[in-house]
Amino acid sequence: MGEHNIRNFTINFGPQHPAAHGVLRLVLELDGEVVERVDPHIGLLHRGTEKLIEYKTYVQANPYFDRLDYVAPMNQEHAYCLAIEKLLGIQVPRRAQLIRVLFSEIGRLLSHLLNVTTQAMDVGALTPPLWGFEEREKLMIFYERVSGSRMHANYFRPGGVSMDIQPELIDDIEAFCDPFLQVLDDLDTLVIGNRIFKQRNVDIGVLTLDDCWKWGFSGPIVRSCGVAWDLRKSQPYECYEEMDFDIPVGKNGDNYDRQVIRMEEMRQSVRIMRQCLDKLRAPDGHGPVATLDGKVAPPSRKDMKRSMEALIHHFKLYTEGFHVPAGEVYTAVEAPKGEFGVYLVSDGTNKPYRCKIRAPGFAHLQGMDFMCRGHMLADVAGVLGSIDIVFGEVDR
Amino acid sequence: MSAELQALSDHIASSLGEAIEDRAIAFGELTIVSRREDIIRVASFLRDDPQCRFVCFIDICGADYPARENRFDVVYHFLTPHHNRRIRVKVMTDEVTPVPSLVSLWPAANWFEREAYDLYGILFSGHPDLRRILTDYGFEGHPLRKDFPMTGYVEVRYDDGQGRVVYEPVKLNQEFRNFDFLSPWEGTDYVLPGDEKAKA
Repeated sequence: MGEHNIRNFTINFGPQHPAAHGVLRLVLELDGEVVERVDPHIGLLHRGTEKLIEYKTYVQANPYFDRLDYVAPMNQEHAYCLAIEKLLGIQVPRRAQLIRVLFSEIGRLLSHLLNVTTQAMDVGALTPPLWGFEEREKLMIFYERVSGSRMHANYFRPGGVSMDIQPELIDDIEAFCDPFLQVLDDLDTLVIGNRIFKQRNVDIGVLTLDDCWKWGFSGPIVRSCGVAWDLRKSQPYECYEEMDFDIPVGKNGDNYDRQVIRMEEMRQSVRIMRQCLDKLRAPDGHGPVATLDGKVAPPSRKDMKRSMEALIHHFKLYTEGFHVPAGEVYTAVEAPKGEFGVYLVSDGTNKPYRCKIRAPGFAHLQGMDFMCRGHMLADVAGVLGSIDIVFGEVDR
Repeated sequence: MSAELQALSDHIASSLGEAIEDRAIAFGELTIVSRREDIIRVASFLRDDPQCRFVCFIDICGADYPARENRFDVVYHFLTPHHNRRIRVKVMTDEVTPVPSLVSLWPAANWFEREAYDLYGILFSGHPDLRRILTDYGFEGHPLRKDFPMTGYVEVRYDDGQGRVVYEPVKLNQEFRNFDFLSPWEGTDYVLPGDEKAKA
């Protein structure tokens, strides 16, 4: 066969593929088994979230954020609520801050558990996801007990959270922590120490720090390159400043480092959760769970029966909603997958004028082409798993 | 914090001169408005200047203000992990005038510019591959423009007879109702006699 007959081979990976973590279509150009080019086609889960938000009042738009990164819903709500609170200039009561931090960390556990274990599945192990999902189930029950919903919680609200946390739930979350650390140790031996897992992940998808900044990466991917960049420490929001925790960093910037970091972050999250629980029990941790400004947070049912003003506030809030002063802000939180930001433009009415959602997964998935070039076809699934993609937030 | 931002803002304005059309600090965030044709110069200054070093790419997005002559804003967000600061840069454009692409400075700009093109129809000159990204293959229109209806123009369903997905004009049993709750009575500030002392 003459040389002119040799040409690259193009294959479709997805849209339905168990290792695609959702609906992703990758067009792979291969030279033998070596990947020459990756062209991700996204948007198969595009629901026009940003357009819908422009037609909803500020409170009505909140549930859309649960549906972005649906494995850690409350972290997304958090960024949106922080943006509104920044525009309104209101202070969140301390108990609400503690609850928010507590459930943001539970969200981090939910996300990392899913990612580490399913990435192990992508490279050939079946048991880890079963172990991980058992723990996720317990965490989702905590979600349900505090908000009424296992996934789409709509729990963080502008000005605080929607309901107070019950003392029994505080006890149960505390009781969850110790056995969970044991499960993490078991997972560590099962996944992180596993020979096949190492063979498939060590020195695959290596990044340098310069690449990370250039490609807009954030979260565990940046930390795997050896820099302790975490918005919870560097630009603290809520009461993260008073929490005592460490930021794990990697050395090599490869797939394996990213997963080890995620495992360690879960231990740190449990540490933060414990501190939150103690602070919630302490005398200064009691109090209201939403701002007392009746123009922003709804009154309690009890007040509505007795106070005319509370009744009016309730009616106005759930028809017209509250007005947000004109202006534009960008707020970001350290979501499990990286920097999740909300750019919110208000024109002074009761609806957002523009709400851009900056999802970490969008920037990470864009780097697929750069990270996979020159790798083998089998590594595509490993790299895809290690950058932690959830299509709810990539496609919006 | 805001003194630092003010100093940074002054530094940027004095170094770049007339390329900076406007600058403001609001809600503790620095926003600068750049001239459209100078955006590459502004962005590379922000990235490379030792006092700025906004090396981390965060976001590019569009915003639509149909009443303006240049109806679109292109909004850039950058972050400097070295100085732990953020900055917002804005550029104005219309439907036909392209904005210089930043792909040569940050490869990450690629998809974000494709998204702005897809959702708003903002054109970027020098972009290697400006095609749609989030909407359907063969989609028409730019859905995030304010004059694009929220319900869209077409809907899809699987047709059993033809054995494929077909596109049809949107049929709604009830129009989307966009209630206007804005009250004409807004803004009256009743001052009770004697109450003004409490506020002062």
